Amino acid sequence: MKRLPFLLLSFCLLLAACAPQATPTPTGPQTLTVMTHDSFAVSEDIVKVFEETNNAKIVFLQSGDAGAVLNKAILTKDAPLADLLFGVDNTFLSRALAADIFEVYASPELKNIPAAFKLDASNHALPIDYGDVCINYDKAYFADKNLPVPQTLDDLIKPEYKDLLVVENPATSSTGLAFLLATVAYYGDTYTDYWNSLKDNGAVVVDGWETAYYTNFSASSGKGPQPLVVSYGTSPAAEVIFAEKPLDDAPTASMLGPDTCFRQIEFVGILKGTQQRALAEKFVDFMLGQQFQEDIPLQMFVYPVNPNAALPDAFVKYAQAPEKPATLSPDVIAAQRDEWIQAWTDIVLK
Amino acid sequence: MLEVRNIFKTYEGRLLLNDISFTVAEGETICLLGASGSGKSTLLRIIAGLEVPDSGLISFNGLDLTTTPPHLRDFGLVFQDYALFPHLNVNDNVAFGLKMRRVGQDEIVQRVATSLELVSLTGFGTRKVTDLSGGEQQRVALARALAIRPRLLMFDEPLGALDRTLREDLLNELRMILHRTKIPAIYVTHDQEEAFTIADQVLILHEGRIIREGTPADVWMQPESAIVAGFLGLGNLLDGEVIAQNEFQTENGVFTVKCAHTHSRGDKVHLLARPLPAGDEANFVSGAVADVIFQQDRFKVTLENGLYIYLREAPEVGQKISVPVKVECLA
Amino acid sequence: METGKQVHKRLGRRISLSTCIPVYLSTCSLLWLLPLTFLAIFFFLPLSRILVLTFDTSAFDPDNFRIAGSALRFTFYQAFLSTLLTLLLGLPSAFLFARYDFRGKSFLRAFTAIPFMLPTVVVAAGFSALLGPRGLTHTLFPLSSFQFIGTLPAILIAHVFYNTTIIIRIVGTALSSLDPKLEHAARSLGADTFHVWKNVILPLLRPAIFAATLLVFLFDFTSFGVILLLGGSKFSTIEVEIYLQAVRQLNLPVAALLAIIQLICTLVFSILYTRMTSRSVTQLAPRSTLIRPKTFRQKLFVTVLCFLLYAFFLLPLSSLPIRSLFRLEADRGQRGEVQYGFTTDYYTELFVNRRGSVFYVPPIQAAFNSLGYAGATVVLSLLLGYPAAIALAKPTRLEKILDPLIMLPLGSSAVMLGLGFIITYGKWLTSPWLVPFAHTLVALPFVIRTLQPTIASIPQRLRQAASSLGASPFEVWKQIDFPILRRATLAAGTFAFTISLGEFGATLLIARPEYPTIPVAIERFLSQPGGLNYGQSMAMATILMLLAIIGMLAIEKFRLPNTGEF
Repeated sequence: MKRLPFLLLSFCLLLAACAPQATPTPTGPQTLTVMTHDSFAVSEDIVKVFEETNNAKIVFLQSGDAGAVLNKAILTKDAPLADLLFGVDNTFLSRALAADIFEVYASPELKNIPAAFKLDASNHALPIDYGDVCINYDKAYFADKNLPVPQTLDDLIKPEYKDLLVVENPATSSTGLAFLLATVAYYGDTYTDYWNSLKDNGAVVVDGWETAYYTNFSASSGKGPQPLVVSYGTSPAAEVIFAEKPLDDAPTASMLGPDTCFRQIEFVGILKGTQQRALAEKFVDFMLGQQFQEDIPLQMFVYPVNPNAALPDAFVKYAQAPEKPATLSPDVIAAQRDEWIQAWTDIVLK
Repeated sequence: MLEVRNIFKTYEGRLLLNDISFTVAEGETICLLGASGSGKSTLLRIIAGLEVPDSGLISFNGLDLTTTPPHLRDFGLVFQDYALFPHLNVNDNVAFGLKMRRVGQDEIVQRVATSLELVSLTGFGTRKVTDLSGGEQQRVALARALAIRPRLLMFDEPLGALDRTLREDLLNELRMILHRTKIPAIYVTHDQEEAFTIADQVLILHEGRIIREGTPADVWMQPESAIVAGFLGLGNLLDGEVIAQNEFQTENGVFTVKCAHTHSRGDKVHLLARPLPAGDEANFVSGAVADVIFQQDRFKVTLENGLYIYLREAPEVGQKISVPVKVECLA
Repeated sequence: METGKQVHKRLGRRISLSTCIPVYLSTCSLLWLLPLTFLAIFFFLPLSRILVLTFDTSAFDPDNFRIAGSALRFTFYQAFLSTLLTLLLGLPSAFLFARYDFRGKSFLRAFTAIPFMLPTVVVAAGFSALLGPRGLTHTLFPLSSFQFIGTLPAILIAHVFYNTTIIIRIVGTALSSLDPKLEHAARSLGADTFHVWKNVILPLLRPAIFAATLLVFLFDFTSFGVILLLGGSKFSTIEVEIYLQAVRQLNLPVAALLAIIQLICTLVFSILYTRMTSRSVTQLAPRSTLIRPKTFRQKLFVTVLCFLLYAFFLLPLSSLPIRSLFRLEADRGQRGEVQYGFTTDYYTELFVNRRGSVFYVPPIQAAFNSLGYAGATVVLSLLLGYPAAIALAKPTRLEKILDPLIMLPLGSSAVMLGLGFIITYGKWLTSPWLVPFAHTLVALPFVIRTLQPTIASIPQRLRQAASSLGASPFEVWKQIDFPILRRATLAAGTFAFTISLGEFGATLLIARPEYPTIPVAIERFLSQPGGLNYGQSMAMATILMLLAIIGMLAIEKFRLPNTGEF
C-alpha cells in the first residue's frame, strides 16, 4: 500500500506522456489543414484528386459557424490553428482584414474571376463562391391553408403569418446576419421597429442555419413547424436533387422581391504563420480552378465565382437568383455591424 | 402522586426494564440507584414521555398519562450535561417553559427572578450560558425546570459532571429546595452517597428489576441481598455453607450468625461482614495486613485474604491482626 | 530542536534535499516560493494583462456598462431563484438523512452527491438527453410545444440538481450533531414539535443554513456550462457573457471588464463565506440517534421524499447512457431510411476520424487526452500544493498573506483564466501544457484545502518523540508525516483528477483542435445537428460520467472524515 501513491503518480505521468503529438513528418505526404465553418462540404473525389496530384493529405477542421471560425482564427493568430481559412464572407471581411491574419497571395487563377467578387483588392482574401440569402417558403403549406405567399419583407409582419417564420441569430449565424443586413438595407434606421414587429408576430429564433432548416422548416426532412425560413436561393434546388422520390417541381421557393435577399460572397485566405505556404498556394489555385468550382453547387448549394464552371441542370432549373439583391458596402458593415447585432439582441432576445 | 406500574421495555433485543412499579408521593424524593446502563435514564425518559414503553402504565393523581405527549405532562427534567440552550442567555433559558405556556411578560420576569433566587443566581440573568461555570450552569438548568412549577421533577445524574466539593454543596442546596417547594422528585444516580443524602426512598435497580426498596437507613441496615450489599459497598461479602444451626463455613473461617431464614445443612448462603470493629461480637476478621490507606478520619486496612476493615489506628504492613466484626446473613 | 544546519553538519553529505522535506519550517521557509511563482506566472500575470485591457478606453462605455448591468442583473436573479429552489428540496432532504434510518439510505446519500462531482457538460448533456428537443421525453411523448432547453426552468432545475447535495451535507451534518437532550429539555418544558423547531432547532441551525445557502449561491452565480448549454441564446450570466463577448463578438475589452466585475463579486462572496464559517461553533461528531419511520406520517414523508430524490437524480443521469445507445433521429444530411433502435454506432464512431470531422483526431482521442491532462494536473497540483499546504499549516505571518492569494483562482471565472492565457501566452497556445496549467490553477485550492488540515493535525510532539528516539529529519518525515498524509494525498490527487476531467470554461478557450478534451468534444458535438453528432456527444458524456463517478467513489474511500467539507 505504501507503493501505491508512487505507482499512481508514475501512471499519471505515463498518461501525460501518451498525449499524442501531431508533428508532420518531413517525408511522406504533407498535411494541409483547412479551417472552415460547419457548413463546408466538398466531394471526396475532388479532394482525392488534389491529394494524389500533390502528395498531400488534407484535413478540414470544422470549427463552428462563420463568425466563430473567424474569431477563433483571430484569437489564435499568434499560434494559428490551420494553414488556410475558408468561410469568411463579405459581412465579416473587414474584421478579418483588420485583424491581419492572412498572407497575401495573388493567385494566377484570379484572372478568371469577375471583378465584382474581388472585394479585397490587396488579395489577402480571395473569393470562392457566392450565394443569396433569401426566405424560403413551403409551397404545400400555403396551398393547403389557402394563404397567399408573402412577397416582401413588409408582408412578414402581417398577422396572417404569425408564428410562421424561423430566423437565425445574427450573432451566431452568417445566414442570420445576412438577413439582418437585408432588413437594414431595406428599412434603414427604422429596422428596429421592423424587428419589434417581427418579434411580436412570433418569429422563432435559433442559433444556426442547419437547425433552422433541418429542424424547424416544415418542407425539409425535419418536418418542423415553420413554413418560412431564412435560407438560400439555392435551397429549393437542393430539395429536388436530394428528394427520395423524383419530383417534378421544387417543393419550396424563395421570396425574391427587391431587397429581400442579401448577397453573400465567401472567401479563402492563407493564414499567417503557416508552415505549408507552397502547398497552401496550390490548394487556393485548386479551389479557384474549374474542377473544384464545378463541385461547389451540389456540395454547398452556392454559386461558383468562376464563370467557366458549368452549373448542374437541376440548379439552373430550380435555383432562383433575385434580380435585385440587397447589398451594403463592406465599410458600412464594418463600422456598424456590432451595433446592429447588439440592437437586434436587445430587441429580440431580451 | 405519580404511579408507575408494570413498565416493560426492550432495547436492542435486551430486556432493559422488567416490570418496574413504584409510586412517588407529594413532597417525596425517591432515588433510583443502579449501575451504568441499568436502564435508569430510559425509565426517566419513559416517565417524561420522551420514549414509549413496551407495556405498562404511567399515571399522575389517577389520570393515565401514557398517551399524553411530553410537552403536556408538566414534568421538569434536569440532565447531567445541563442541556441549556446555547443560543439563549440565562433569563431566556429559564423563561423558556413559561414562554411555551404563554405566560404574560410581567409574570415571566417575576417568576424567572424567583427561580434564579431559589438557586442563588440572582443577577445572572443577562449572562450567556456558555460563559458560566459547571456549577452555575447546573443551577440554571434547575432554575429552568423549577420556573414552570412542575408537578414532578426528574434528575438524571445531575451532578456527575461536577467536582467533589461542588457536588456536595449543590446536593445540599438541592435537598433544601426540594423540601421547600415540596415537589415530588425522582433522582437517578449511580453514586450511593448522593442517593442516601437526598432520598426519602431508595430504589435499587439491577438487571431491569427493582431488587430493594426502602428508606436509606432501612436499605443500609438490611440490604437483604448480596447484590445490594455489593452495590452499596457495605462490607466484605463471603460465600458460606451451612454446617450446623447458625454456623457457616467460609474460606475465612467459621462464623456464627443468627439468620432470619431457616436453612438446612449444606445450603449456600451469602454473608456480610461489616468492616467496622464491633466490640462484643463473636466473629473475627483475621489475617496479615497487606495495605493501609489513609482516609481522613480512619484507615482502610486490607488484609492479605482480601477482607478489609476500617480502623482508627494504622497497623504495620505484615502485622497479623484479628478484629471482631458484625456478620449478617443475606439472602 | 536542531536547526537544519546543525543536522546537516551532523549527518554530512547524506542530508541535502531531505532536510527540506517538510519537518521544520524554520529551515525551509522558502518552499512556498514554488506555488507562488506558479501563481504569479499563470494567474497574476494574465490577470494583470486583462486589467490593462479593461482600462483601455474602449471598455468604459455606457453601452458596455449596459451589457454588464443586464448580465449582472440576470446572474443575481437566476442565482437567487436557483438557491431558493435548492433550499426547497435540500432542507427536507437534510432532515430526512439526519433523522431517519431506512433501507438504501447510504446509497441514496452517495447518489445525491454524484451530480456535484460531475462536469457541467455532463449534467447539461443529461438534461438534454432527457428533456431536450432530441431527448427521450420528446421522442416518447412528441409534444412539439414543450420547450425545455433554452428556458429559465432548465437552468434552475439543473442548478438544483447540482447543488442539493451541498445543503444535505452541511445542514444535515449540523442537524445530526445537535444534542438530542436540548430537544428533550424543550419538550419537557412544554414545547410541542412546532415550537421545538422554531425556538431551539432552527436557531441553532442558522449558521449552517446560512453557510450552505451562501455556498450554493456562489456556485450558481459562477455557473457556466449549464447556462451555456441549457440556456440557449436568450440567457447569459456574466460568465457566459464573458465567453460570448470574447469568442463571438471578439470584444475583448468588454469581456475583460466583465471578468473584473465577476472577480470582485466572487471575492466579496468568498470573504463573506469564510467569515461566516469561521464564526460558527465547531460541531462535534453526530450524536443523535436515527429512528426508523414508524407513524404513518413519518413513513409517508420518507417514502415520498425518497421517491422524489431517486426520480430527480436518476432520470437525467440514466438518460445519457440510454440515449447513447439508441438511434432516434436521422444523421446529419442523411436522406435514406433511418434505422431506429438500439445501436452501438455512436460509440464505434468515436474511434473514426472522418475527414470533415469536428476535430483533427478521432473523438476517442479526447478521452485519452483528458486522462493525460488529468494525470499531469494531479502531478502538478500535488507538487505545488504540498509546499503551499505545509506553509499554510503553520500559522505565521506568511500564512495570512499567502492564504487569500492561493484561494484567489477559486473565485475567478474559468473563462477569464482562458482569456488571460490567450492574451498573455498566445504564442505558446500550441503547447499542450497550457491546458494542464489552467487545470492546475483551478484544482490547486481544493488540493491545498484537503492537505492542509491533515498536515496541521500532526502534533509536533510526534515528530519530537521520533527525533528523540534517533530518527533523522527525513526518517521522521518518512515514518511519521508520510503515512498519515498518504490518505490525504490520495484524496487530494483524486480531487485534482476529477476537476481536471471536467474542466470546461478555460479549456473551451485554449484547447487546440489536435488535443481536444472530453468536455470540449461534448460541447462541439452537441452544437452540431444530426443524429450521429448528437449520439457521439451522448456517448462521450456517458464515458465522462463513468470516469467522474469512479473518481468520486475513490475520494469517498480515501478521505478521512471531518477533514473539511470540500
